[in-house]
Amino acid sequence: MHESIQVKNITKTYDKVIALNSINFEVEKGELFGLIGPDGAGKTTLLRILTSLLVPDSGEAFMNGYHVVKDYKTIRNIAGYMPGRFSLYQDLTVEENLEFFATTFGTTISENYDLIKDIYIQIEPFKTRLAGRLSGGMKQKLALSCALIHKPEILVLDEPTTGVDAVSRKEFWEMLIRLKNQGITIIVSTPYMDEAGMCDRVALMQKGDILQIDTPEDIAGQFAKKVFAVKAENVYNLLRDIQAFEHTHSVYPFGEYLHYISKTTSNIKEELSNYLDSKNHKSVKIMTVKPDIEDCFMELMTKTVNNGE
Amino acid sequence: MRTILYILQKEFILVFRDKTMLPMIFFMPIIQLIILVNAATFEMKKIDMVVLDQDMSSTSRKLISKFGGAPFYVIKTRTFSAQEAEDALKDNTADLVLKIPANFERDLIRNDKANVQLLINAIDAVAAGLINAYSTNIISDFNKDVLAEWHDLNQMNVDLPLDVSYRYWFNPTLEYKIYMLPGILMILVTIIGMFLSALNIVREKELGTIEQINVTPIRKHHFIIGKLLPFLIIAMFELAFGLIAGRLLFDQPIVGSLFVLFTMAFIYLLVALGFGLFLSTISNNQQQVMFTIFFFLLVFILMSGIFTPVESMPEWAQHVNIINPFKYFIRVLRMIMLKGSGFTDMMKELVSLSIYGLIILSLAVWRYRKTV
Repeated sequence: MHESIQVKNITKTYDKVIALNSINFEVEKGELFGLIGPDGAGKTTLLRILTSLLVPDSGEAFMNGYHVVKDYKTIRNIAGYMPGRFSLYQDLTVEENLEFFATTFGTTISENYDLIKDIYIQIEPFKTRLAGRLSGGMKQKLALSCALIHKPEILVLDEPTTGVDAVSRKEFWEMLIRLKNQGITIIVSTPYMDEAGMCDRVALMQKGDILQIDTPEDIAGQFAKKVFAVKAENVYNLLRDIQAFEHTHSVYPFGEYLHYISKTTSNIKEELSNYLDSKNHKSVKIMTVKPDIEDCFMELMTKTVNNGE
Repeated sequence: MRTILYILQKEFILVFRDKTMLPMIFFMPIIQLIILVNAATFEMKKIDMVVLDQDMSSTSRKLISKFGGAPFYVIKTRTFSAQEAEDALKDNTADLVLKIPANFERDLIRNDKANVQLLINAIDAVAAGLINAYSTNIISDFNKDVLAEWHDLNQMNVDLPLDVSYRYWFNPTLEYKIYMLPGILMILVTIIGMFLSALNIVREKELGTIEQINVTPIRKHHFIIGKLLPFLIIAMFELAFGLIAGRLLFDQPIVGSLFVLFTMAFIYLLVALGFGLFLSTISNNQQQVMFTIFFFLLVFILMSGIFTPVESMPEWAQHVNIINPFKYFIRVLRMIMLKGSGFTDMMKELVSLSIYGLIILSLAVWRYRKTV
């Protein structure tokens, strides 16, 4: 059995809102699997079902072969969960938190110290500090340590890097990759497209559906259209003008540039450049870029929105 | 077992790291005890009285001086105008008007019978009852004097064949404070225990920490016990603290054994805290749980028999009162402290509270869901 996580036709609705619409996917053992999608895509719901905190309306899910509803007791021993919201005791110190969660799993810090050493060593100097007084990045490290303290086989992380600075985010992902290399299956959700590239495979989610599952490279590679990065002095007017342009397929901000995709296939650059000149834009820069996962996601989203209408 | 110990340890650390906790546990109850026990009293300290003497005879003056000489009675004004007397009642400057009609003495001599009227301000019904009782006593005393004076002195007792003598058992001097103190102590201990336990789980829900707890293999009843015990210990401590304060400040007698007292308190607190925990498991935020607790506290306290005897409530209310844990414990406390009762005297309360505790704690464990 190579699948660590199996999700079969999982559906969950809140009142009349469909949070998950018959989701299917599998995660292999030792894989770093990403759930990418905007807020409200159903990522948290899915992760909560996997950690046995929520019961799905229909469908089944297995973690290392254990049924998430029927075998919930085993699930709680083999899964480590890090909720999106910081959920440790703010009035306990770093060490007390870790010790407490170790005991609830019937283990001790020293027993599994190896696993958390890399992470814990960074927050150890602050071990007598109250968890509530830690910075965002350190809170995440502590939460990850607590989720790892019982040596879980599968690590479930819900938006672990939301609200964390760029340096800490990078460090955090490096830690995840080290954990993956130790054979732990990791499923992680994130709203940040740039983090998707760090995963082995990603599932693009929107409004309870999985739009696509593949490696980040393949998703980007399948992207058929040409993407142009556009820049000018007045970005806001630029965006509005391009939106009004007759050949525009889609345009969206991407860092300091706008990413532009045309309906036409030839002379794209020239057409756009002429159009922008006619609109009196100054210091216009247009260049071809390699599409990445965010472009794919935007494309997939526009497709579903258009289909839906 | 080790898990429970760790949960206990964690709860205690969390409770005492909260800076408002210590004053809440130590100062608040003492201050409340001092204020409430001294203030919540039914004893009459002072009865403001207006005398409306329309007779102006020596007999009427004798009756008035009888009142004037009695403790509590303060004759504020003497008047001839019924209007003025009633006005004094209306604007709350008088508690009592003694109305002696004209010809009072003449009627008494001629007919062996005369009328006086007492007008009592009954805004406070309890006080009014007491004023009535005191005043009637004074008047009947006066009756005796009159009889003794007019008839042969030796016949004095012949007219009253039944000589009622009374003693108030368990509280011979009818000292109000030692009757109120157990009740107020119970309220304080309950409020501390119930609120702490009720707010606790809900607080974890609000902070999200329950999420992290729920994914651990902690057993439901371990969790509930871990939540219950710290506050039970704090509440017991609070009770001991209150008893010592009561003893030092008010000379509160504790006739019964402390062992019985604390055992009963333990069982009672299981109920009270279980109640809090149960409410905590069914609420989503602190506001909800506060309102629900206030609702129950108010009903329970007012129906507990602290202020008004349970026996004088309508029958349906007494049935409703079966679910009122306060009712049992207030009886128990007063029985132990004033009467010295032991377990055998309180079998009914003991059994009722035990069953109650079992039910409410099972409900709390059952309602606490690790899955949402």
